[in-house]
Amino acid sequence: MTTRIDARFAELKRQNRAAFVTFVMCGDPDLDTSLEILKALPGAGADVIEIGMPFTDPMADGPAIQAAGLRALKAGTTLAKTLGVVKRFRATDDVTPVVLMGYYNPIYVYGVDRFLVDARAAGVDGLIIVDLPPEEDDELCIPALNAGLNFIRLATPTTDDKRLPAVLANTSGFVYYVSITGITGSAAADSAAVGGAVARIKRHTGLPVCVGFGIRTPEAAAAIAGHADGVVVGSALVDALRASLDPQDHATAKTVTAVADLAAALAAGVRAGRGR
Amino acid sequence: MTMPIPNSYRRGPDDHGHFGQFGGRFVAETLMPLILDLEKAYAAAKADPAYQREMDGYLAHYVGRPSPLYFAERLTEYLGGAKIYFKREELNHTGSHKVNNVLGQIMLARRMGKKRIIAETGAGQHGVATATLCARFGLDCVVYMGAVDVARQAPNVFRMEMLGARVVPVQSGTRTLKDAMNEALRDWVTNVADTFYCIGTVAGPHPYPMMVRDFQSVIGAETRIQLEEVEGRLPDSLVACIGGGSNAIGLFHPFLDDPSVEIFGVEAAGHGLANLHAASLAGGRPGVLHGNRTYLLMDADGQIQDAHSISAGLDYPGIGPEHAWLRDAGRVTYLSATDEEALAAFQLLSRLEGIIPALEPAHAIAKVLELAPKRPKDHLMVVNISGRGDKDIPQVADILRSRA
Repeated sequence: MTTRIDARFAELKRQNRAAFVTFVMCGDPDLDTSLEILKALPGAGADVIEIGMPFTDPMADGPAIQAAGLRALKAGTTLAKTLGVVKRFRATDDVTPVVLMGYYNPIYVYGVDRFLVDARAAGVDGLIIVDLPPEEDDELCIPALNAGLNFIRLATPTTDDKRLPAVLANTSGFVYYVSITGITGSAAADSAAVGGAVARIKRHTGLPVCVGFGIRTPEAAAAIAGHADGVVVGSALVDALRASLDPQDHATAKTVTAVADLAAALAAGVRAGRGR
Repeated sequence: MTMPIPNSYRRGPDDHGHFGQFGGRFVAETLMPLILDLEKAYAAAKADPAYQREMDGYLAHYVGRPSPLYFAERLTEYLGGAKIYFKREELNHTGSHKVNNVLGQIMLARRMGKKRIIAETGAGQHGVATATLCARFGLDCVVYMGAVDVARQAPNVFRMEMLGARVVPVQSGTRTLKDAMNEALRDWVTNVADTFYCIGTVAGPHPYPMMVRDFQSVIGAETRIQLEEVEGRLPDSLVACIGGGSNAIGLFHPFLDDPSVEIFGVEAAGHGLANLHAASLAGGRPGVLHGNRTYLLMDADGQIQDAHSISAGLDYPGIGPEHAWLRDAGRVTYLSATDEEALAAFQLLSRLEGIIPALEPAHAIAKVLELAPKRPKDHLMVVNISGRGDKDIPQVADILRSRA
C-alpha cells in the first residue's frame, strides 16, 4: 500500500532533491493560528509536515519544544483537537504528507484502536512516537501498520549495526536519523559524520533517511541535504514562532509569516544542497 | 477481567520487564542500547559472588547494616493493640534507606567503567546518598532537583554540595520530582558514553524497577531474620510509605509469598483525595511515563497532573510498576494518609519514642495509628522508618510556627 509519504519521496527522488520536513507543535500558540501555519508550510516549500502532539513531560525535547508544548496545552490543545486540526488542514491540502509526532501516553489513554481509526479518518499518514522503541512494537507500531499508517522510527548514533535491523524491521515511510545524542534543539549536527551515518543506515534499508536534531539554518540544511533524503527542522521554527508572540504568548499579525519566512529560507537551503 | 492468581508473587518481572501489564521499556531509541547494556551488566554482577561480597562489606562497615529492628514499646502501649516494631532504616549512613540502592548501583557503575553519575531527587535523600557514594569512590556527581524541592529541602542541598556534588535546580514543568526525572533523562540522552543514571526508586524502564527492588530487599530479608530471633515467628503485618515505592517493596518483597502476612502500603493523600494529592493508586489510572506503564495521576487527555504532598519524597504522580501489579493482584492493600495526618504522626512519634521520622515514613505511622488499635496484642506489626526527619525540621517548624 502506498501512502502520501511513499508517493512524496518517490516524486522527490525523480526530481533528485532532498525533502524539507518541518516540525511545528499543534496548538502553539492556539489551534487556529497553528492551522494557518500548517496551511502556509507547503507553499513555503515544506515537503512533509510533522505535527507535534503536546505532552506535559517531553523527556527527549529541549527547552524550545518543551515550552511550545506547554503553550499548546495552556491553549486547551488535546489529542482530539489535534486530529481536528489535521482534518481541517486536509480539507485544503490532500497531498502533503502529515506525520504526528509525540509521546505514547496521550494515545494510550485515548485508546490505541480508536486513535488509529480517527487518525486515519483525519488524514494522518504516519506516526513518530519517541518513547516506543522496537521492544514495545506490540503497543502501537504493529496496530498502526495494520491500520495503514506509516510508523517512522528514530535511529540514533547509539543504534549500532547489530541493533539497526531490529530498529528497521517494522519501520515504514522513512527513517528519522537523530544526528546527535541529545535532546531537540541542542548541539549542531556535523554534516560529514551525518553522511557516514546515513550511508550506514542505507546499507540496511531501502527506505529514505531523513536527518534531524540540531539543524537551524539554511546553510546547515543545505549541508545535510547533500547527504540525506530529507532534512528535518523543528526547534528553529518553534523559536521563530515564539519570537513573534506578544508578552502574553498570544499570536500577533507576524506569527504565521515569521514561521513561513524561515521555512522558505530553509527550503531554499535544502533545494540548494544537491546542486553543489 | 480476572487476573490469574500466581503461585508466586516474587518471580516478576518477565524478560521484557513486565509485571503483568505494568513495567516495560518505554524510552527513546538513544537510551535503549544503554538500558540493554545495563541489564546485561547487572545480570553478570548478580551472578558474580565477588560483587555480592564487596557489597556486603560496604553494607556492614560503611552503611552500618544490619539496621536494628526495634520494639516501639511506648507507641505500642499508647495504641493498646498490635505489638509494633520499627525497622530502623533511618539509622543508616546518610539517614535513609536510599543508600542500600545507591551502593548497589554505584558498584555496578564502577564495574561498567562509568565515571559520571547522575541522579534525580525529590526530598534530597536519594541525592545525598548518591553524592555520598560518589565522594567515597571519587566519581563525578550531578543531581537534578526540582526548584520547588530545592527551596523546601535546603539542608539536603547543602549536604550534597558539601559532598562535592553539583545540584541542578530544575525549572521546567511543575519543578518537582517528575521534572527532575525528565531532566536527568535529558542529561543521560546527551551524555550516553560516560554517564550512569542512578535512579532512586523502583520506577523507570526495565531493569531499574527490578534492580532497585533487589538492592532494597535487604530490608525485608533482615527483618525476617531479626523478628525470628526475638519473636520466633513471622510478622502478622507490614506497613510502609510509598512515593515511588522503594522502601516499601524492600520490606515487602521477601514476605510476598507468606499468605499470613498482611501488607499495607501508604500513599500520600496530600490535601485529601478529593483535592491535590500524590496517591496514584487511589486516584490514578494506568498510563506510560518515565519508561514504564503504571498508575499515574493524569487528566482525561493523558496529560500528567501535578501531585501534591507535604513530603517532597512522596510528591510524584506515579508509582513503581510492581506496586501497580501487586495492587491489581490484591496481594498488598494500599491506603493513604493526608498531610495533616502525617504532620500529627511526625510530632507524636518524636514525643513518644524520641525518634524524629522523616515526613515520608510519618505517613506510614499515621496509618499505624488506625491499624494497630484494631489488632490483638499478640499481633506483630513491622513499620519501616525509612528516613530520619532532620531534613524536615525547618519545613515543619515553619508550618507549626505559622499556626501558633
